[in-house]
Amino acid sequence: MGYHWNWGVFASPVPSGETSYLGWMISGFETTLALSLSAWLIALVIGSGMGVLRTVPNRWLAGLAAAYVELFRNIPLLVQLFIWYFVLPELLPAGLGDAYKGTNPLLQQFVAAMVCLGLFTGARVCEQVRSGINSLPRGQKYAGLALGLTLPQTYRYALLPMAFRIIVPPLTSEFLNIFKNSAVASTIGLLELAAQGRQLVDYTAQPYESFIAVTLTFMALNAIVMSLMHLLEARTRVPGSMGT
Amino acid sequence: MRVHRLFATALACSLLAAPVLAQELTGTLKKIKDSNTIALGHRESSIPFSYYDDKQQVIGYSQEMMLKVVDAVKAELKLPNLQVKLTPVTSQNRIPLVQNGTVDIECGSTTNNLERQKQVAFSNTIFVIGTRLLVKKDSGIKDFPDLAGKNVVTTAGTTSERLIRKLNEDKKLGMNIISAKDHGESFLTLETGRAVAFMMDDALLAGEMAKAKRPADWVVLGTPQSREAYGCMMRRDDPAFKKLADAALAKAMTSGEAEKIYKKWFMAPIPPKGLNLMFPMSEDVAAIFKNPNDKAFE
Repeated sequence: MGYHWNWGVFASPVPSGETSYLGWMISGFETTLALSLSAWLIALVIGSGMGVLRTVPNRWLAGLAAAYVELFRNIPLLVQLFIWYFVLPELLPAGLGDAYKGTNPLLQQFVAAMVCLGLFTGARVCEQVRSGINSLPRGQKYAGLALGLTLPQTYRYALLPMAFRIIVPPLTSEFLNIFKNSAVASTIGLLELAAQGRQLVDYTAQPYESFIAVTLTFMALNAIVMSLMHLLEARTRVPGSMGT
Repeated sequence: MRVHRLFATALACSLLAAPVLAQELTGTLKKIKDSNTIALGHRESSIPFSYYDDKQQVIGYSQEMMLKVVDAVKAELKLPNLQVKLTPVTSQNRIPLVQNGTVDIECGSTTNNLERQKQVAFSNTIFVIGTRLLVKKDSGIKDFPDLAGKNVVTTAGTTSERLIRKLNEDKKLGMNIISAKDHGESFLTLETGRAVAFMMDDALLAGEMAKAKRPADWVVLGTPQSREAYGCMMRRDDPAFKKLADAALAKAMTSGEAEKIYKKWFMAPIPPKGLNLMFPMSEDVAAIFKNPNDKAFE
């Protein structure tokens, strides 16, 4: 079809001259990495906390956690992102909202995307933590309480250490998902890897090179995450469970 | 005698018909003739060039110019019942869609430049814009240097995006540049106060202003950073179709029809809000109406 391949495009300087197209891809990669890892941290903390609350006897606390999951799991990620980025600053008191919107827009985009991805993934982590806890024999909880541990102590010393070891495989999936989902941040203008790839197409009209590079980078990134998580899985696996 | 006349008539007919027969249809014209369909590419929110009205009909200045080309195709191919297929395109997919044959011609707000000429062909210029700024009247911004250290928005994939980045780098203005997905989102960024200025083609800025909650609060200003010629896009290396399109547009421009269309879209109330853009014809536009041509400015 007469496509003109040019892999040298990455080495050529961008029009404004301060870096090469490869520089754009690297900066996009760094943004994707920073965004995904910080969002993952939020997801783990919130997800674990909410996952525990889902299983406590107190109906109000369990209801609160259930509401969180329903809210963040049932709204499309893209819509959530638009709400965090466009709508929420308008709901703040006028002075505060204006001050926020006057800050560096790149930071605003990053914060909105980080919070959005973190809470969205947190809802999914929450469900896995809950199912991890629920998969334990009931007797473990009663044994802990019978030993005189308080409920928080039972969670801390008996239930959670087991639950987390059980849910490492599904958490790996969520960890991989967060890298892939981070690409939606390009819709609010955050220049992460996918956005840099598209921008490169706009500027150079070399779509195949650009999208191949973006694809390979995402695949490499996820391959690394997967092997690290496999190591973790092997080390934390509960002996006697899952066919080993 | 009678036979002679008949013979002469037949001869005359065949002579007249000869050029048509000899000139076998090729490329886009053949595709249109064979399918009895012409595929038009249009924009969804390039006000007032090509956009949807409240009944989801495609309207606008460029759309009417494109229909002139459709009329010429109908006449040339003798297809009075030619079917028209409309396909919406975006800044990012318009060139591939023309190249792969999804649309035969696209008239919207596409700049004709040398870089794009490597990929597609452009018709006679239908409009000329300058890239300028949309700001709030009381913002205190008068021109590009006033933007130093401020937040500025533009639309991703446009020539304005490149120009403002280069300006930022060359003059060390320290602007924070936001690249929004489309013109609507750029304007939302401006209207909500995230950016103090929106850089774009001046005519499109006037169009965005028309959508604002209070149009009177806004103003287009600043030294144009570039002049750009809008043309209709077609596939490359298809001289027969380009010639037809060029001729149809040139006829509209020199006959005064184009001026009427201009007045309808830039000097009179337009949908969706019935606002008048009051965007008088520039010298550049008057010049191309007088001497239609397909030259790019850069």
